[in-house]
Amino acid sequence: MYGGGNVFERMKATALVDEDPRKLAEFEARIERGEKIEPKDWMPQLYRKQLIRMIEQHAHSEIIGALPEGTWITRAPGFKRKLALMAKVQDEVGHAQLLYAAAETLGKSREKMIDDLITGKSKYSNIFNYPAFTWADSCFISWLVDAGAIVNQLANAKGSYGPYCRALERICAEESFHLKYGHHCVIHMATGSKKQREMMQAAINRWWPPMMHFFGPSDTISVHSEILMKWKVKMASNDACRQQFLDMYVPKIWELGLTIPDKNLQKNNETGQWEYTEPDWDEFKRVINGDGPCNKERLAVRRTAEERGRWVREALLAPKTKYITPLA
Amino acid sequence: MNTEAIKELVYKMADDLLILGHRNSEWTGFGPLLEEDIAFSSMAQDKVGQSWQMYKILHELGDSEPDTVAFMRNANQFHNAQFVELPNGEYDFSLIRHFLFDSAALLRYQMLTESSYTPLANLTKKIKGEAKYHSMHAKIWMKQLGSATEESIQRLQNALDEAMPYALGLFEPSPYEAHLIKDKIFAGEEALQILWQKEVESIIEETQLILPDWNSLIPALGGRNGQHTEHLQPLLDEMSEVFKVDPSADW
Repeated sequence: MYGGGNVFERMKATALVDEDPRKLAEFEARIERGEKIEPKDWMPQLYRKQLIRMIEQHAHSEIIGALPEGTWITRAPGFKRKLALMAKVQDEVGHAQLLYAAAETLGKSREKMIDDLITGKSKYSNIFNYPAFTWADSCFISWLVDAGAIVNQLANAKGSYGPYCRALERICAEESFHLKYGHHCVIHMATGSKKQREMMQAAINRWWPPMMHFFGPSDTISVHSEILMKWKVKMASNDACRQQFLDMYVPKIWELGLTIPDKNLQKNNETGQWEYTEPDWDEFKRVINGDGPCNKERLAVRRTAEERGRWVREALLAPKTKYITPLA
Repeated sequence: MNTEAIKELVYKMADDLLILGHRNSEWTGFGPLLEEDIAFSSMAQDKVGQSWQMYKILHELGDSEPDTVAFMRNANQFHNAQFVELPNGEYDFSLIRHFLFDSAALLRYQMLTESSYTPLANLTKKIKGEAKYHSMHAKIWMKQLGSATEESIQRLQNALDEAMPYALGLFEPSPYEAHLIKDKIFAGEEALQILWQKEVESIIEETQLILPDWNSLIPALGGRNGQHTEHLQPLLDEMSEVFKVDPSADW
C-alpha cells in the first residue's frame, strides 16, 4: 500500500549542469517515446536519486503498513477473516521484498535502505503513523487505504523505470484482491449489528482525515515537480489522484449508509470535481516529520525486529555456513 | 467405529495446528528477514487452514461449527500439546519448534493416509503435501544455522535443550491408543515417536548441535487433557477478542 505523498528532494537549479547534454536529450527522447529505462541504461544522476527515494519510500510503506493491520491478524473474527488477513498482510511484506529488489537495481542495497528507515532518514506513507484501534479500522485500511494505493500505483505503473513498473503491475494485481476482501469486510460491518455499524462509522470518522492526506499535499503547495513528471517518475498529480479516489469510493461509502465526516464534501456537477474541506496540511507535515501518534512505535518495532534478527543474517553470511540447495 | 477415539485424535491435531498457526502468524512484520516473515505467514495460513478442515470433520461428527469450537473454548478445553502454545521467543526457539513439530506432523499425516477412517485418510493425503514443504523449510534452516557461527550454534543448542521436553509432549498417549491401533485408525503415538526420533537424529547429525539423551528427558505432558501453561489463555483471549464482541454476528 502506498499513497502519493511522496517526499521528493527539493531540486537545485544546477542539478543537471554536470550531465552530458547529448545523452540527456537521448534519455528524454526515449521517455517521450514511451520506452522503459532499464537498470544498465544511461540515466541522469537526479533521475536515479529521485527514483531510489520514491521506490524506497514505497517499500518502507509496505513493511510499516503491515504493522497496523498485522496487529489484527491474531484477533480476526473467524477462520475466513483470519486466513484472509494473514494472506493480505503477507502480500504487503512480499511487496516490500519486490520493491527493495527494484530499488537495488539502482545501486542501493536493501540493508542500507532498511538502515535509513530505522534511523528515520527515509520516509514512508504517513497514514501508517495512525493507530488501528478496532477491527473496523483494519477493515477501513484493507478497503480504502488499499483502494487509494491502487489509484496511485496504477498511475505509477505507467512510469518510465522498467523494474519499478513491472513490480507495480504485480503489486496492483494483488492489491485488487485486498480491495475485494476489505470491501467485503466493510459491507458485513455496515450491514451487521448495531454495534458493528457503530464500530465501522467510528473507524471512518477516525481515518478520513489521514485518508485525505494520503495522496499528498495539494498541487498548489507541493514541491515543484515538473521535471519528475516529464521523466515519468511522478505520473499523476496529488490532486488528480485524490479526485479519482473520491469519485470512485465516496458513492460506495454512502451507498452502505455510512457518513463521511466532512460537511463540505460534494461533487460539483458543473466542474465534475469533488469539493471538500481542505485537509490540515500542517498536521500532515508534523506527522511526516516524526510527530504523529505512532511514528516512534512503528520505527521502534522495525528497529527491534532488525536487532533481534541480526544474528540470523550474520549466520547466513558466515563463510562456513553450509549452503543447502533448496529441494524445490 | 469408535467416535470418541476419533474425536480425541482429531481434536488434538486440530488444536495443535490452530495454536501453532496462530503463533507462526505472530512473526508477520517481525521476521529476521523479509523472506522469513513471508515463510512463517505461509505456514501459518496452511496450519490454520488445516485446523479448519479438521474442525469441519468434528462438526460432521456432531460438534459445533468450526468458528464456535475454535473461538469460544477456554484453555482447559483445548487439547493441544503445551509445546505449541509457548511464546515464539526469539527466531532460534521458533525455528527449533518448527523443525521438531513439523517433522512429527509430516510423519503423522503419512501414517494417517492409511487410516481406516476415510475422512481423515482423505484429508491427510491432501495436507501432507503442505506439511512436506514446512518440514523441508525447517530442515534447510536447521542445517544452515546449526553449523554457521558460534552464536547461531549456541542459540539453536539452547533452544533445542529448552524445547525437547515439550516436543515429547506431542506424543502423549491417548486413553484410546489400543482402540485406534486395533481399528486401524492410527498406528499410535509410540510408533510415531520412534519414527520421529530417527528423523530428528538424522538431521541433527548434519549440524554441530548435540541431541540431549532421550532417556534423560521428562516429557511435558497434560496438554492433551486440557492442562496448559499460563501462555494459552492469553493467546485465546486475544484470538477471540473481536469474535466475542458479538458471537452471533456475521463478521
